[in-house]
Amino acid sequence: MADSVDVNKGLPANPEKATLDGKNKFLGMFVFLAGETTMFATFFGTYLGLRSGTGSGPEAADLFQLPLVFIMTMLLLTSSLTSVLATFAMKKNQFAKLKLWMWITFLLGATFLGLEIYEFVEYYEHGLGYTTSAFASSFYTLVGLHGAHVLFGLAWILLLLLRNRKAGITLTNAPKFYAFSLYWHFIDLVWVFIFTVVYLMGIGG
Amino acid sequence: MVSEATNTRKKSVLWDWLTTVDHKKIAILYLIAGTLFFVKAGLMAVLFRIQLIAPEMEFISGQTFNELVTMHGTIMLFLAATPLIFAFANFAIPLQIGARDVAFPFVNALGFWLFLSGGILLSISWFFGGAPDAGWTSYVPLASREFGGLGIDFYVLGLQISGFGTLISGINFIVTIINMRAPGMTMMRLPLFCWTMLVTSMLIVFAFTPLAAGLALLMLDRIFDAQFFIPGEGGNVVLWQHIFWIFGHPEVYILVMPAFGIISEVVPAFSKKRLFGYTSMVFAVLIIGFLSFMVWLHHMFTVGVGPIANSVFAIATMTIAVPTGIKIFNWLFTMWGGKIKFTTAMHFGASFVPTFVLGGVTGVMLAMAPVDHLYHDTYFVVAHFHYIIVGGIVLGLLAGLFYWYPKMFGHKLNETLGIIFFWIFYIGFHLTFFVQHILGLIGMPRRVYTYLEGQGMDTMNFISSVGAFLMSVAIIILVINIIYSALKAERITEKDPWDARTLEWATSTPVAEYNFAQTPQVRSLDPVFYEKIHGNGEMKPAEPLDEIHMPNGSILPFIMGVGMFIAGFGFISFHMDLFISPYVIIAIGGITFFGAMAARSLQNDHGYHIDKETVESMEKELS
Ligand code: HEM
Ligand SMILES: [Cu+2]
Repeated sequence: MADSVDVNKGLPANPEKATLDGKNKFLGMFVFLAGETTMFATFFGTYLGLRSGTGSGPEAADLFQLPLVFIMTMLLLTSSLTSVLATFAMKKNQFAKLKLWMWITFLLGATFLGLEIYEFVEYYEHGLGYTTSAFASSFYTLVGLHGAHVLFGLAWILLLLLRNRKAGITLTNAPKFYAFSLYWHFIDLVWVFIFTVVYLMGIGG
Repeated sequence: MVSEATNTRKKSVLWDWLTTVDHKKIAILYLIAGTLFFVKAGLMAVLFRIQLIAPEMEFISGQTFNELVTMHGTIMLFLAATPLIFAFANFAIPLQIGARDVAFPFVNALGFWLFLSGGILLSISWFFGGAPDAGWTSYVPLASREFGGLGIDFYVLGLQISGFGTLISGINFIVTIINMRAPGMTMMRLPLFCWTMLVTSMLIVFAFTPLAAGLALLMLDRIFDAQFFIPGEGGNVVLWQHIFWIFGHPEVYILVMPAFGIISEVVPAFSKKRLFGYTSMVFAVLIIGFLSFMVWLHHMFTVGVGPIANSVFAIATMTIAVPTGIKIFNWLFTMWGGKIKFTTAMHFGASFVPTFVLGGVTGVMLAMAPVDHLYHDTYFVVAHFHYIIVGGIVLGLLAGLFYWYPKMFGHKLNETLGIIFFWIFYIGFHLTFFVQHILGLIGMPRRVYTYLEGQGMDTMNFISSVGAFLMSVAIIILVINIIYSALKAERITEKDPWDARTLEWATSTPVAEYNFAQTPQVRSLDPVFYEKIHGNGEMKPAEPLDEIHMPNGSILPFIMGVGMFIAGFGFISFHMDLFISPYVIIAIGGITFFGAMAARSLQNDHGYHIDKETVESMEKELS
């Protein structure tokens, strides 16, 4: 089995899938994300089932601010784009560009997370504690879980960038960068659903 | 690029097993752990069957009864059946597809240690004021913070951790089966056990994740005062039941599919015929896997979700009988006209078929929504699922044990003791559970710790308890068999002691750490059988003999398991009076876990190579 690939003539066109190990990581990541999808679906279902259960606490329409959420959405969508640019650079064996785009991805993601924390603090001050109502619990859990995924992704890419800062693109680290970018797209996609199901439906009814 | 450091440093036995990433050793770890949990949960059943042996017994209290029943069910499903299945999956899949190991050996080891640390976390609940007592389904509000005790916290976190282990193992199996097949091993030549494990693993990916979500919700409710299942502030109790059964019904298929697979290996091997209707078997497995997500509501007919939903789910449930029936007939036709050899494995394999049919018939009866109001939460349900679980899953696993034992351990289990074991177990099983159908029909509710005299239940409960004792006697005979065979049985060195058909029987006994010195070229379904007929009996190699690349062992999976255990205990300790804050414990556990994870990702571990000369000399020694 092709464990080793001849790299004397330069990197192959798809360095992330050139080795069996890379192929395994690629497929494994997809399967993992399929599982994550059902997990998020369960939290979405819970939120949809409980979002009118506001008890004595505030309701969605009293709290949500579209401009802030819009900015957050744009930040995350852009970061998804920059991670694509990073993988393009990877396929062309341009390591400096890969690093640059990944760092930008990291910064955009970090800003997103900062805004999310700000948002939560804001809601808390408006009387939406975690235990206030079923709506509150399911909102914070769904959006917070997404935030935790962003946090994990940030730690991941930070580690990858620091570890490989001098490595160049190799058949070992290419699958890792690629797996990260798959994960990052997934997080982005989940956010699009959160934006629609939680925020737009929360404000529009 | 590849580090030249080879792994020849002598390791102590303990260190070797703690750090192993070899799928064959992990299989044995699963086998041992699963057996221990199985024996433990079995003893619990004996205890509560003693309580039920006569009316108004006072052998154990109602509270202890609830704890025993809950732990029995939970352990049997999550910590006994699942790891035993994973034992055979780990051992057989790479061998059956002609691979050197699974796709992610490290993840494989991690899956085991997480399963074990979750299992131990659940088990230590006894020492902290009592085990969980709300049933293996842990319905709210019984299990919510208002009514459920500390034990439920152990349930939630123990299952969360072990479930995570199960999930990553499932992912690993999927990638292994899809990516690691030897040349010529097309999907439609895949042994049926691999097919069923592939579908099982997919069900794990799609069912254990909702379970993880549900357990997280329950934990947040119980420990952080969230409101998901508390009606006062807008929560909903039925939500838990939906989430639980969206997981729960696929779970029963997660367990039974691998048994289907084992039977589909054992029956052809001992009938000396190829599996009848291979293609239809594959499609039946796929259809069952799909349908298993469409029927969860049949566990909730009596909750009151309305007649339309009930009817739809009743019909969906009944359709599962069609692909299942296909499988039953295929097994029968495989045996039909075959030269059947009644080894112990074949005893289990053949008796699986009628027993499983009985469980399926009561399943269809339960699926009739209007009548289910009579059966629901009675012993009829208990009888139904034990015919499936013991009569299906356990018989399948025992068939697999006797079948693969020589490959795993280098000697057969004693056949005479095996057949005595079979008969005592089989009779005990029917005694225990057959009468429970009738008990249920005359109205004995499940999960109730005693009953009154003179309601026509005394004799049947007595019979049922005696059956349970017989099954324990049988298991003792199995243990004696294992010890006896380990000491006395003749060592075998032949590759194929059963004259079987699939690729695992082309490896040397005991299997070399790299499985196949040369990756085999697969030319047909049942490749070993094919080479016996059309070739010289040996697999043709697909590559020249060369050095072999192996993964390095690692202690990190074990450390990550310990980290998760500590963190899980930290969450539980919110409800305990400990001298350190729960946050400190969680932090220690979290840092251990994520620290080891980061260490792993920084490591760039390329494994090591066994050079050609060593491979050659090892091969000579083995043959
Ligand atoms: C194939 C493997 C199967 C397994 C392992 C299995 C296992 C179980 C278990 C554990 C329960 C009890 C759940 C509880 O604790 O409340 C149960 C209930 C039930 N099963 Fe099965 N089952 C299987 C197959 C089937 C089939 C083939 C059908 C129908 C065609 C079926 C229909 C039902 C129904 C309707 C109930 C709910 C009964 C009630 O609670 O009133 N099952 N099963
Ligand atoms: Cu079911």
